[in-house]
Amino acid sequence: MIEQDGKGGPLLDRHVAFVHALREAGLPVSLAEGLDAAKALTVIDLAERETLREAYAATLVKRLQHRPGFDALFDLWFPPVISGGYGTAGPAPAGGRAEHPPPPEPSEASAPPDPSELAELRERLADLLMGDPDDPAFRAFARSMVERFGKIQAAGNRQSWFSFPVLRALSPQTLIARMLDRLLAEQGRAERGGLPEKLARHQISRNIRKFEEAVASDVRRRIAEESGIERIAKATVAPPIDRVDFLRMTKDELARLRREVYPLARRLATRLTVKQKRGHRGRLDFRRTVRASLSTGGVPLTTHLRPRRPHKPELVILCDASDSVAAFSHFTLLLTFALREQFTKVRAFAFVDIVDEITTLFHPGADVLDAVLRLTKEADITRFGRTNYGHVFTTFAERYGDAIGPRTSLLVLGDARSNYQPPALETLGRLAAEARHAYWLNPEPRPQWDTGDSVATSYAGIVPMHECRNVTQLATFIEDLA
Amino acid sequence: MWFASPDEVRGRLAAVDYLADDGIATSVFLAGALGKPLLTEGPAGVGKTQLAKAIAQATGARLIRLQCYEGLDEARALYEWNYKKQLLRIQADDEAWEDIFSEEFLLERPLLKAIRSDEPTVLLIDETDKADVEVEGLLLEILSDYQVTIPELGTITATRRPYVVLTSNATRELSEALKRRCLYLHLGYPTPERERDIVLTQVPELPGQVAERLARTVATLRGLELKKSPSIAETVDWARTLLALGRTDLDEGMLGETLGVVLKHNSDQIRAAKELGLSRP
Repeated sequence: MIEQDGKGGPLLDRHVAFVHALREAGLPVSLAEGLDAAKALTVIDLAERETLREAYAATLVKRLQHRPGFDALFDLWFPPVISGGYGTAGPAPAGGRAEHPPPPEPSEASAPPDPSELAELRERLADLLMGDPDDPAFRAFARSMVERFGKIQAAGNRQSWFSFPVLRALSPQTLIARMLDRLLAEQGRAERGGLPEKLARHQISRNIRKFEEAVASDVRRRIAEESGIERIAKATVAPPIDRVDFLRMTKDELARLRREVYPLARRLATRLTVKQKRGHRGRLDFRRTVRASLSTGGVPLTTHLRPRRPHKPELVILCDASDSVAAFSHFTLLLTFALREQFTKVRAFAFVDIVDEITTLFHPGADVLDAVLRLTKEADITRFGRTNYGHVFTTFAERYGDAIGPRTSLLVLGDARSNYQPPALETLGRLAAEARHAYWLNPEPRPQWDTGDSVATSYAGIVPMHECRNVTQLATFIEDLA
Repeated sequence: MWFASPDEVRGRLAAVDYLADDGIATSVFLAGALGKPLLTEGPAGVGKTQLAKAIAQATGARLIRLQCYEGLDEARALYEWNYKKQLLRIQADDEAWEDIFSEEFLLERPLLKAIRSDEPTVLLIDETDKADVEVEGLLLEILSDYQVTIPELGTITATRRPYVVLTSNATRELSEALKRRCLYLHLGYPTPERERDIVLTQVPELPGQVAERLARTVATLRGLELKKSPSIAETVDWARTLLALGRTDLDEGMLGETLGVVLKHNSDQIRAAKELGLSRP
């Protein structure tokens, strides 16, 4: 094992600390898996950094959602280079580890870039962005650029590293036009437009994103070198997408989430089917049992049971489409419609201060993004633009009261923030009484209920209210519902 | 030992036309070196099953495949007693109670076959997520100790450990216990550079420039919000389609006409046509 070969001592420490950091970041790494990783270290070539990374990934990371966090931590614990091994001018980093990195000269780093030098650097960046981002020179360039521009002098003699000065100085986004022209010219096309431009644009923006990631990763590495890995490790790892709060999602995360709708729905549907099957089996199917016993000479070796009729609820969804909770409502709607097969019938209504039916937007085969866009454009849900739950429940009962019957489950999605308008509690009570079940999903964390204009508890008294902040909670709820 | 180093894995897989990246090469090497099963997960059509076949081909081992499906049980996966033969034996000879549970009446199924095999074997357990949860429990004993317990015969231990590859489309989360015993490899969509190389190994007649554009187009398509992103297998199909049509240039018209090869949902086709500015027939 590692500790026996003498020189493995520091490696073992690093291994243990790394595994510990992964656990801190929320990756479920068991003792056995840690041992597997340690065993893997004994059979691979430790000088190959990518092999080391993949060996750790194969033994410790068993879920795709955990991979980004793992990569960020790996880059901190097993950095590609140690500062001081290379200069700003040379594109390639020195291979060996410098024992005592020479202190970087602050005067050089903080000097304003000379225009001709900057143009040269940007030219080189453009070259790299048009090439293969897996080329080692790509990362090496990102590192040397952080060295060159990323340092900011703080008060006293302190300094820190940041991404934004690097990206501001080089500003890769402003290079796009030039790169597009060059890429298209290489393909023998003089003019812009059409498919070639779209493809080139996609390639360039992907590479720019990779460059930004490379810069951010190197900045983290430098901060870790100066103030210790543990300090930065905690801030580095973003929670996996299914644990991100709906209300705090960025545009990027929302897009990623929408892409997850169908896989998630499929996973949920399989789980529901399994659950229905594993539940109480029905009565003995006498005919099939006797029929099967014929092949064993009349001995009923296997018994057959009738399948139980699955329970499929009718669903009426009433969702708040105001900006504050739009992300949550849209996603929940998409998911329920993707799960259409699990319900007999789904009808959806959206509201801000008046209510409109939106079921048709989610017809089978509808495009996800389209449905959400049309929801905001076409549905007649706004008069004054401020959420008014009371008014919405009253109009809903008047206009669509017949949607709710003894077989429907009523699902209300919203934050119960009614801008101090009358809440129409008795109307909601009547609707809930007519329905078979009624539930309220609230994307706000429980401690924030009843603060400000929220009337969560009053509504919760009538309709059971569930906190539903992220995909995991939503999935659990839907599983219980169907 | 199955492989000596990740580089050897890469070389030998490349010899049977499977292009491995760092992740694949390292995991495949480790699975052999540590004697652990390899769980590969990822969307459909990225070469999970193909990987197992390639390993078998590269090492000259026998491939035993267990296709999982809903309702798969011990009798289909592991072993079964030949009831009919047993009944006949008892009816023919009243003293036969003792020996109806012997080798003669045992029907070998893939898992038992792989455990008892004397020659090098690659055991492929395909689409593990399709099987019921109980099957995972069955796999646990086999995958951790490479042994099977048959109540009537006792415990059978593998004389030669098979190389086990499990695949999953992630339609459901496999149990933690199973994942813990396996090495994990996520096979995702490749970078355009790698996909170009894959297309060129599969369809060597295709001009390199066309393959390049094909790979870039598919990468762009995957960037859109589609219901079903095109898989590598579909990219290769697309390359073959272009070849069959005798076209060596991939322009807007051609793309629009053959989009059905990679996108199988109408709404996806509409979206792609809109975003890429294609004309549709």
